[in-house]
Amino acid sequence: MGGGTPLWRYIAGRFVQAIPLLLGIIVLNFLLISLAPGDPVTVLLGEYPAPPEYVAQLREQFGLDRPLPVRLGRYVASVLRGDLGFSFAYRLPVVRLVIERLGNTLILMGTAMTAAAIAGVLLGVSAARRPRSRLDATATGASLIGYSIPEFWLGQLLVLLFAVTLAWLPAQGIRSTRETYTGLAAAADLARHLILPAAALSFRYVALIARITRASMLEVMHQDYVLAARARGADEGRVLWRHGMRNAAIPVVTVIGYNFAFILAGSALVETVFGWPGVGRLIFDAILQRDTPVLLGVLLLVSATVVVVNLMTDVAYAYLDPRVRY
Amino acid sequence: MATHVVAVATPPRGSAAGDFWRRYRRSRLALAGLGIVVGLGIVALFAPWLAPYEPTGTSLDGLRPPGTAGHALGTDDLGRDILSGVIWGARVSLIVGITAAATAVFIGIVIGAVAGYYGRWADAVLMRITELFQTIPRFVLALLVVALFGRGLTKLVLVIGVLAWPQAARLVRGQFLAHKSSAYVDAARALGLPGWRIIFSEVLPNVLAPVVVLGSLDVAQAILLEASLGFFGLGDPNLVSWGGMLNNAQAYLREAWWMSVFPGLGIALAVVGFNLVGDGLNDAINPRLNE
Repeated sequence: MGGGTPLWRYIAGRFVQAIPLLLGIIVLNFLLISLAPGDPVTVLLGEYPAPPEYVAQLREQFGLDRPLPVRLGRYVASVLRGDLGFSFAYRLPVVRLVIERLGNTLILMGTAMTAAAIAGVLLGVSAARRPRSRLDATATGASLIGYSIPEFWLGQLLVLLFAVTLAWLPAQGIRSTRETYTGLAAAADLARHLILPAAALSFRYVALIARITRASMLEVMHQDYVLAARARGADEGRVLWRHGMRNAAIPVVTVIGYNFAFILAGSALVETVFGWPGVGRLIFDAILQRDTPVLLGVLLLVSATVVVVNLMTDVAYAYLDPRVRY
Repeated sequence: MATHVVAVATPPRGSAAGDFWRRYRRSRLALAGLGIVVGLGIVALFAPWLAPYEPTGTSLDGLRPPGTAGHALGTDDLGRDILSGVIWGARVSLIVGITAAATAVFIGIVIGAVAGYYGRWADAVLMRITELFQTIPRFVLALLVVALFGRGLTKLVLVIGVLAWPQAARLVRGQFLAHKSSAYVDAARALGLPGWRIIFSEVLPNVLAPVVVLGSLDVAQAILLEASLGFFGLGDPNLVSWGGMLNNAQAYLREAWWMSVFPGLGIALAVVGFNLVGDGLNDAINPRLNE
């Protein structure tokens, strides 16, 4: 890897590039508040009754009588202090509300993406071993469908089949409401509630990962060093795992890393189908209750998360494939 | 001189189109995609004549299963005919999908061309903005914009289009970078053509093919995003859309599976169709990729 320094320099460089991006997101959020029809203070409050003292305080901070740059400066300052407003629908600061829910979303996303990575790589590798076989054709067809079906509709279909018709799995929520479990039983209960939403969320990414894994495996299998290993008489399975798998990690990392924003959106939709108490569900309720501070806070925090994940993906990618560092 | 420059860049027209169609036709999947897209287009165009009922017309026959007399695909909770809703939904999906993708591609071409052709600070600034728009979760931003600025067909098209341009911009920029030092661009510059003319009438026609591919894939993405917004209850309140129907179906999953299955099939079919057309166009443009 040519010593540790170039990788660290690369990471530091990517960090510096992320800062204007984060500022840009805050400015964009501010522009949305300012350009929205009506009083920006109302936008910052949402259409939920708020105590008059708080309204007065917001008006003092962000009121229309202030010039635009002053308002922008104050907004950026308050965001950087970690103040993303207050939700009067929940009577909680937006930051706390979103971070609480983000945990549940990450449980769902983490499970779904782990499953997608395992299933996608296995499917892609098997398809690449026998190109143009029936398995290959099935995998290609499945990835086309997986890429085209909206996650939330797939979620509804899974509910119809496994919860309504077969009654095997729960259709709603994150844990049973009738009984209270502890320890291992609680984990098993959570797992049962996770299966359907995670399946709905992962399907698309199983398809994507399988498709890219297949393509990159086919490419790798024709490289000179693989041909050489085969010529030396190495066992086919060994060749596949030793030389193929490091390369297979790249599609997994890039698909999940660079699609993080889409996975989050998919999670938001799937959460709505399954009543999963994550960020998606929070957004859905915020829209119904016209709780705009929550929507603004979610956009900021989720965008910031995406910036961080993209950064981590770049670093992981640089580690896996030294060619990307110039 | 100028005509000579153009003639070098574009092969004779008639045979190229014929060649292209011959290559496109070779893939059965690409033909199936074209069939789906054309079929949905016809349904969307003739919706008023094809639909047996007004899509918003309620009746006392609520939650009737498919096969009920007069309602081939059943009715929803308010007695609205599902088949009519699915037919009219095709119209909304295609209008939003195609116009939003066109908007996205148009913005992408302008930004990508300027960044790629002029380079330097224009490139640096425009690419930072592109990066910003690529980072922000499109779905959450679209939800916020629709929630703040109100719903409606035109607004949906604008929001989806304005949020989808970065990919086209990056693609066009890359193409312009590759082309801007070609001989024909040097020749056009030597002839004293203004920058905008070189961009639009010299370089653009040569880089349009991959943009068209991206455009048809963008239609699929726009249809998905429109359906997602509809599912969150943020579609046009005056129109029946597939996403809106699925939003409505959510509360009746236990009683009426047909409220979910048929509109969802519509979305999946439309998205598959445009994805297949995009893949088919791509293979027909780059025949070697398929080997």
